[in-house]
Amino acid sequence: MTDLVNIPSASLETATQPENLRRVAIDPLTRVEGHGKVTLLLDEHDRVHQVRLHIVEFRGFERFIQGRPYWEVPVMVQRLCGICPVSHHLAAAKALDVIVGARTLTPTAEKVRRLMHYGQILQSHALHFFHLASPDLLFGFDSDASRRNLVAVAQAYPDIIRKGVLLRKFGQEVIRVTAGKRIHGTGAIPGGVNKNVSRAERDALLTDIYQVIAWSREAVALARQLYEQDPALYGEFGTIRAHQLCLVRADGAMDLYHGGLRARTADGETLFDHVDYARYWEHILEEVKPWSYMKFPFLRALGPEQGWYRVGPLARVSLCDTIPTPFADHARREFLAYADGVAARATLGTHWARMIEMLHAAEVIKELLHDPDIHGEALVVQGERAERGVGVIEAPRGTLIHHYRVNEDDVVTRCNLIVSTTHNNQALNESIRQVARRYLDGRRLTEGLLNHIEVAIRAFDPCLSCATHALGQMPLAVELVDAAGQTVDRITRDVPTAC
Amino acid sequence: MNTFQLDGEEIPFEPGQTVIQAALAAGHYIPHLCYHPEFVPHGSCRLCTVRADGRPTAACTLPAQPGLKVESETEELNDLRRTLVQMLFAEGNHFCPSCEKSGNCVLQALGYDLGVLTAGFRHFFLDRPVDASHPDILLDFNRCVLCKLCVRASEEVDGKGVFSLAGRGIQRRLIVSAESGRLADTDVAVTDKAVEVCPVGVILRKRVGFRVPIGRRRYDLRPIRAQALEDAPRRPEHRHE
Ligand code: SF4
Ligand code: FES
Repeated sequence: MTDLVNIPSASLETATQPENLRRVAIDPLTRVEGHGKVTLLLDEHDRVHQVRLHIVEFRGFERFIQGRPYWEVPVMVQRLCGICPVSHHLAAAKALDVIVGARTLTPTAEKVRRLMHYGQILQSHALHFFHLASPDLLFGFDSDASRRNLVAVAQAYPDIIRKGVLLRKFGQEVIRVTAGKRIHGTGAIPGGVNKNVSRAERDALLTDIYQVIAWSREAVALARQLYEQDPALYGEFGTIRAHQLCLVRADGAMDLYHGGLRARTADGETLFDHVDYARYWEHILEEVKPWSYMKFPFLRALGPEQGWYRVGPLARVSLCDTIPTPFADHARREFLAYADGVAARATLGTHWARMIEMLHAAEVIKELLHDPDIHGEALVVQGERAERGVGVIEAPRGTLIHHYRVNEDDVVTRCNLIVSTTHNNQALNESIRQVARRYLDGRRLTEGLLNHIEVAIRAFDPCLSCATHALGQMPLAVELVDAAGQTVDRITRDVPTAC
Repeated sequence: MNTFQLDGEEIPFEPGQTVIQAALAAGHYIPHLCYHPEFVPHGSCRLCTVRADGRPTAACTLPAQPGLKVESETEELNDLRRTLVQMLFAEGNHFCPSCEKSGNCVLQALGYDLGVLTAGFRHFFLDRPVDASHPDILLDFNRCVLCKLCVRASEEVDGKGVFSLAGRGIQRRLIVSAESGRLADTDVAVTDKAVEVCPVGVILRKRVGFRVPIGRRRYDLRPIRAQALEDAPRRPEHRHE
C-alpha cells in the first residue's frame, strides 16, 4: 500500500500545528449556484491538508416535509434525487409502514416493491456506469473533457453503449410497471402497494430478462477489463482506508431492499451486525460543521474523528457473506479474490462492484417475475398506529435512512434523512484529498486535476445531482486556499458531460 | 324548439337553461371550473367565457336565448382560458407530481385540455399550513381556486354552512365556520357533499392518498372534455352517442 492511503484521518480536522493552518469559515452560501464545489486547503508547505466538498442538499427538504400529511410523503420525497427517486419513494414507504402499523406486508406488496427496487438498482447502475463513468474509464482520466461524453463513447464503442442504454431502459420499464410511472411513480403506499403486476406486464418483461442478464454479465467482464487496463492505477487512485456500512439479510447475504445494519472497520473487524435499523441512532451519530450544509455521520463506537465510513456498492459487495443469486455471487468471489483483495478496497473498484450488483439485480428481477405472488390481489395491510417510523434501504449509491414522526392528526412533525452521499461525505473528501495530493502541481489548478477529482467523485456518485440539480452533468468548481486563508486559484467547469 | 348558435351549430334549449347547460346537454363542451351541474352557477372563474353576439360573457350564467350567436372554440377565447389557468396555477401551490388529487383534479385536467405548457407567471409559492385537525378530513389551503363549490354544497345540500370565502382580491381565502378556525370544531362530516365536490386538492379524505394508482384515475381514463359531457344531464337523443 502506498503512503497515500496511510494518512491518519485524525489530521483532517485536527492539524498538528493548528497555528499554521488558518481555518477559513466558508459560508456555504458562497458555493457556485448549480455547481458542486470543492475547496482544497493547503498547509504551509502547500500540501493539500484538507478537502471540503460542498453540497447543498436535503436539510431544506426535511423542513419542507414537516406539516404535510404522511401519505403524501413517499411521492413527495422523489423530488430529492433525479437519479434514484424510487429509493426515496421506497425508504419513505418503509418508514410509513411502521407508522400505519403494517408490520408484515402482504407477499404481493413485498415482492412488487422489491421488483421496483431492483429495477431501480438496474437502471441507476447502468446509467452510472455506461452513461456517466464509461467516458472516463474508456478514454482515460486525462482525456479531453469535450470528448468525455456518451456521444463520443457511442461513436467509439457503439455496441457497449447500445447495451448500456437498453439495460437502463429495461430497469425503467420494471419501474414503470411496478410504480405506475417511470418517474414520480406512486406504487408504494403506506402499508403496501397500489397495484400488482399483471400477467401481460410480466410477460413483456420476461421476453427481455435473459438478454438483460447476459448483458449484465458482459458488463461485469467489461468493468474487470477496464480495471485490468492499469491495475496499479486503479488500485490506488483515490483509494482510502474506510470503515464500511450496509444492510445485510438475516443470514448475512446481500439484500438491497431490507435487512439489519452491519459495520466493519477498515481492518475487517465487525463493529456491529444485524442491528435493527429502527434504532440506527444508537450506532450512527451526525455532526454538523459550520462550513457545510451536509451533515457528517459517524459510527458512534469510533467517535467523530475516526468514525467516518463508506457506503455503497464496494461496502455491500465486500461486507455481505454471499450474494443470493448464482452469477453475481460467482462474480463477487472473483472480485474479492482479485490481487488479494486490492480491487475490493479500491475506490475505482466500486465500478466493478456496481456491475456485480447490477447483475444481481437482473437475476433477482428474473426470480420475481417467475413468482406468482406479484399478481396477487391483497395489496395493503394496516395495524396499530405508531408515532415514529424509520425506513432504511440500500439505494444505488448506498444506505439510505428515512426517519419520520407523525402526530395523531396524520401530519409529519419531524423528518431526518441520511442519504448515501451524506454517509459518504467524509469518504468523498478523503478520496478527493488522495487525488489532489497526487495530482496537484504547486499552487495552480489545472484541467487535469479537475478531471481527476471528477473521476474520484464519480466512483461514489455519478454527478452529484443532489447538489447540482444537473442530472447527468457534473458542473464543478474547485478552489485552492492556502495556509493563510487566501484563495490562490479557482477553476470552474460548466461543460456538461452529456447524459 | 328554440335554438341558439354555438360555433356555427344550432343548439336546442329549454326555457330557463343557460348556454353551458344547453351546450353540454347537446354534447358540446365549454371549458369550465366553478360551474357544476348540480349547483346554482357562481360565475366567478371566467373559464367558461364565450362571445355572445360579440360580447364576452360567462356561459354558465348566461341564459340561452333564441337566435343568440355564441363563439367558444376560438383561438382568442382559448388563449384567455389558458391565461386564467396559468394564473390559478401561479396563485396556489399546485405541484401535480406529488399531489394526491393528480388525475382527479379539474384544474390539472383543464391545463391538459387547453394545452397549458408553461408557467406563464411567477408563482407565489404559498406556504399555508394544512388544517389536519379533523380526524377524517384534511384541508390543504394551498390549492384553493376559490370556486365556492364547497360553500354552495355545504349550504344547499348538507344544510350546514361549514365553508365560506373571506377577504377580498388577493386576500380572498377559504375559511371554516368555527370560532377556533379549525375544521375539527365544525359540524362537517366526511360524507358531506362539500367534502366530495372540491375540484382540486383542498378538501381531502384523509389516508386515501395514492391508493388509486396514477393512470387509473378519472381524467386518466377520459379527458375532461369527454368526462364533462358524461356528467352533464343530456338531451335524450344525445345520451347514447
Ligand atoms: S376548497 Fe375546493 S371547492 Fe372550496 S372553494 Fe376552494 S377549490 Fe373550491
Ligand atoms: S364556469 Fe362559468 S365562471 Fe366559472
